[in-house]
Amino acid sequence: MKTHFAALAATCLALSATFAMAADKPTDPQIAHIAYSAGVIDVEAAELALSKTKTPDVVAFAQSMQKDHEAVNDMALALVKKLNVIPEDNATSQALAKAAEERRTELGKLDGAAFDKAYIDNEVAYHRQVNGALETLLIPSAQNAELKSLLETGLKLFQGHQQHAEHVAAGLK
Amino acid sequence: MTPDLLSRRQLLMTGAAVLAGGASARAHNGKVHVMIENLGFQPADIDVKAGETIEWINRDPFAHTATVKGGWEVLIPPGKSATHVATADDTVGYYCRFHPNMTGRIKVVA
Repeated sequence: MKTHFAALAATCLALSATFAMAADKPTDPQIAHIAYSAGVIDVEAAELALSKTKTPDVVAFAQSMQKDHEAVNDMALALVKKLNVIPEDNATSQALAKAAEERRTELGKLDGAAFDKAYIDNEVAYHRQVNGALETLLIPSAQNAELKSLLETGLKLFQGHQQHAEHVAAGLK
Repeated sequence: MTPDLLSRRQLLMTGAAVLAGGASARAHNGKVHVMIENLGFQPADIDVKAGETIEWINRDPFAHTATVKGGWEVLIPPGKSATHVATADDTVGYYCRFHPNMTGRIKVVA
């Protein structure tokens, strides 16, 4: 358990550092890539959860993450196509993917109640970090009005996810 | 007052009533409609009579619920609508279980 908390703390630190690195205002193609990558990461985490847990509240949460993040990423793909923007890979997206891979490895070693708790705690922390980045960096940096608007919808959605995760976490205790 | 002025005044008053809310949620078929758009219930506060049907119309690509803590729950799939028939004790606050930052309120009136 101790190692898990250490891993979670490390992940949070890595994420903070990830977004801090991007302090020099990302461009719209970079923002699109970061937002899309953040969604893909959460879909993959949900798929892992669905393969490991049978707890009804955790299953319902993971299914909701999978569907919502896929839906918002479909919206993002439609928008970049319409705007003729090609999402641009960048250091933030790469660091996000690396941190997520490490987190998935840690989660993959757990089962049962330990997995449920670690997954949900990670989801609370992850959504908090992404929401912070959306509020302070990605939304203020976005130049295109439609991209900004989609990010704002994303923020509302992910704030909802964070609260949902907090409710599930409270129920697991 | 000319008929023209009268109709203009009526139009303005109707507009004011719509802006004031309440009236806009009530449709011709007797149902009270709540739109779900961009992660919000519109209008968030509704007045209903016991026995009236509340219909949530989900225009989001996300599944939502209208959930009363310790009470009933209506699942509203993306792009679909769902209903609940109000009972006398339905003066309640409700939220979306998937996105608890979405909240609404129902008041049962005589």
